[in-house]
Amino acid sequence: MSAKTLYDKLWESHEVRQNENGTSLLYIDRQLIHEVTSPQAFEGLRMNGRAPWRTGANVAVPDHNIPTKDREKGVEDSVSKLQIDTLASNTHELGITNFDMSDPRQGIVHVIGPEQGITLPGMTIVCGDSHTSTHGALGALAFGIGTSEVEHVLATQCLVQEKSKNMLVRVDGKLKAGVTAKDLILAIIGKIGTAGGTGYAIEFGGEAIRSLSMESRMTVCNMTIEAGARAGIIAVDETTIEYVKGRNFAPAGHEWEKAEKYWRTLHSDEDASYDETIVFEASEIKPMVSWGTSPEMVAAVDGVVPDASDPAKAEQIGNALKYMDLESGMPIEDITFDKVFIGSCTNSRIEDLREAARVVQGQKVASTISLAMVVPGSGPVKEQAEAEGLDKIFLEAGFEWREPGCSMCLAMNADRLEPRERCASTSNRNFEGRQGQGGRTHLLSPAMAAAAAVEGHIVDVTKYYEN
Amino acid sequence: MQKFTSVNGLVAPLDRSNVDTDAIIPKQFLKSISRTGFGPYLFDEWRYLDHGEPGQDCSNRPLNIDFVLNQDRYKGASVLLTRENFGCGSSREHAPWALLDYGFQVILAESFADIFYSNCFKNGILPVVLSKQQIADFFDAVEANPGYTMQVDLESQTITDPQGKVTTYELDEYRKYCLINGLDEIGQTLSYQKEITAFESKHLEQNSWLFKEVR
Repeated sequence: MSAKTLYDKLWESHEVRQNENGTSLLYIDRQLIHEVTSPQAFEGLRMNGRAPWRTGANVAVPDHNIPTKDREKGVEDSVSKLQIDTLASNTHELGITNFDMSDPRQGIVHVIGPEQGITLPGMTIVCGDSHTSTHGALGALAFGIGTSEVEHVLATQCLVQEKSKNMLVRVDGKLKAGVTAKDLILAIIGKIGTAGGTGYAIEFGGEAIRSLSMESRMTVCNMTIEAGARAGIIAVDETTIEYVKGRNFAPAGHEWEKAEKYWRTLHSDEDASYDETIVFEASEIKPMVSWGTSPEMVAAVDGVVPDASDPAKAEQIGNALKYMDLESGMPIEDITFDKVFIGSCTNSRIEDLREAARVVQGQKVASTISLAMVVPGSGPVKEQAEAEGLDKIFLEAGFEWREPGCSMCLAMNADRLEPRERCASTSNRNFEGRQGQGGRTHLLSPAMAAAAAVEGHIVDVTKYYEN
Repeated sequence: MQKFTSVNGLVAPLDRSNVDTDAIIPKQFLKSISRTGFGPYLFDEWRYLDHGEPGQDCSNRPLNIDFVLNQDRYKGASVLLTRENFGCGSSREHAPWALLDYGFQVILAESFADIFYSNCFKNGILPVVLSKQQIADFFDAVEANPGYTMQVDLESQTITDPQGKVTTYELDEYRKYCLINGLDEIGQTLSYQKEITAFESKHLEQNSWLFKEVR
């Protein structure tokens, strides 16, 4: 038998049938559902008189629209409220578990999945959300789908899919102190581009990836879609097993032993071949900051805003600089901010908050920053942070400490930028208008965002890690 | 699903790469629980000078006259011509819904983002991938000829320009089959019900933990 990649193994173990046209019918173990991309899927199911294939495979949570403060007032925006209520009624009607706003487990769908053990190694996982790639960090095949496919999975527990090609992104060496998973993935996207992974499943490997915690691996896989690949995967190892053990919905006892034995096989065979391999040296990576309107438009913290001299990219860069109101040649460290956002499915887990708090401790948010906010990824993350006193560190520095949700990553709730406001953001997309119409987003790590909040502009956070 | 056979329509050029789904349909419109009505908000932030909200009447909103779709010569276009990596970003199917509701049935690009590409086929939109040169040539032709139309045919996989010049394009056979027949893909999958059930019971036996109830 020929050597297989992890992606091949996950794919083959879920293939119900191979169709004559080269597609496969793939069995889906887990579907995560949120309020934005599901109402039309439930409606379609109803209109066609179909029932869910396996109700228990689905778990729902409202996160995109949810308010992050004054929750006792309920959802004030009536359009958002209707969408959240629709999720509640649809899931209630079909008997699907929904972690609603009053549930202590509520949070961002891609945070709560791994946190609760709802998403596990070896699973196929889908969600009507492109950042479903996050769950690949556990050695699962996880990818985002559209609403029609949400309905398809509800009705059949399967999807018709064409197999992707295999790409290996190998990161050798060690990251420097203060350089995080976020910097790593931004550097990777900067190199391969936002379409570099189109048509591929990307496996991340190498010493630097192996050394990452589970939460950092989630940050890397989360932004795989920003490199164009629907799925990012990391092999199961000791870190994965330790992370999953004891989670609420993880197996226990004899079942755990059986699962663990299987999960430990979830890695690529040594002589497996990839359609494409790209190698990075971790020690060369510096803290990264995006300067433009696409996640590939990034520069190292000691760099400058690029010029538009490359004729192939001149128009794109020109458009981006105009929107961002930046000049070519300007040092990245001279970028100043109006707002700071620490949160999102990329960077709102406990380790992210610890990193940010470490930088913020004993400091004050710069007077030029009108709003600095921390939005924990879930109820349990918030609770843990409060138990460690992180909330006090942020509050004393002048940050706002909010309730869990997607918040200002995409500004579907009340948290948003005003036109021309500039934000240091730990989220994943710097598209035009993403955080509010006319708003300007600079993507960076939680530690970099914290340092930017304190100093009012971009600074190289690695200096906080000296000594 | 809506069938697609052939479109003969006006071509509108959107000369940008990496057009993301946030640009195609901004997030505030995603709050709708319906599949229709997104057309007036397509490219909302580029198309209008003010901030749009769901349910808003767009007939009196200030237009950005620099935006290509606001030019009279492109009114009523059903073919969108654009550059590379169209539809990148989020998985929102609201993007193809908005394009279709506006009137676009065909999108010609150098490349598409994966999820968007797949979403098009579920909604009767034909996304066509052409070479960089072919796309550049069409941009030149559209620019030079007001009222430029083309015939895009699915069965023969051809694009015919007003002079009768034919360009062929590649397309996956299965996707073509689904689109041309307006196939109910869920119904198609359910025809394999027995195979799914058989797979599921074997899968359950091997990986019982996957079927643990989440409450």
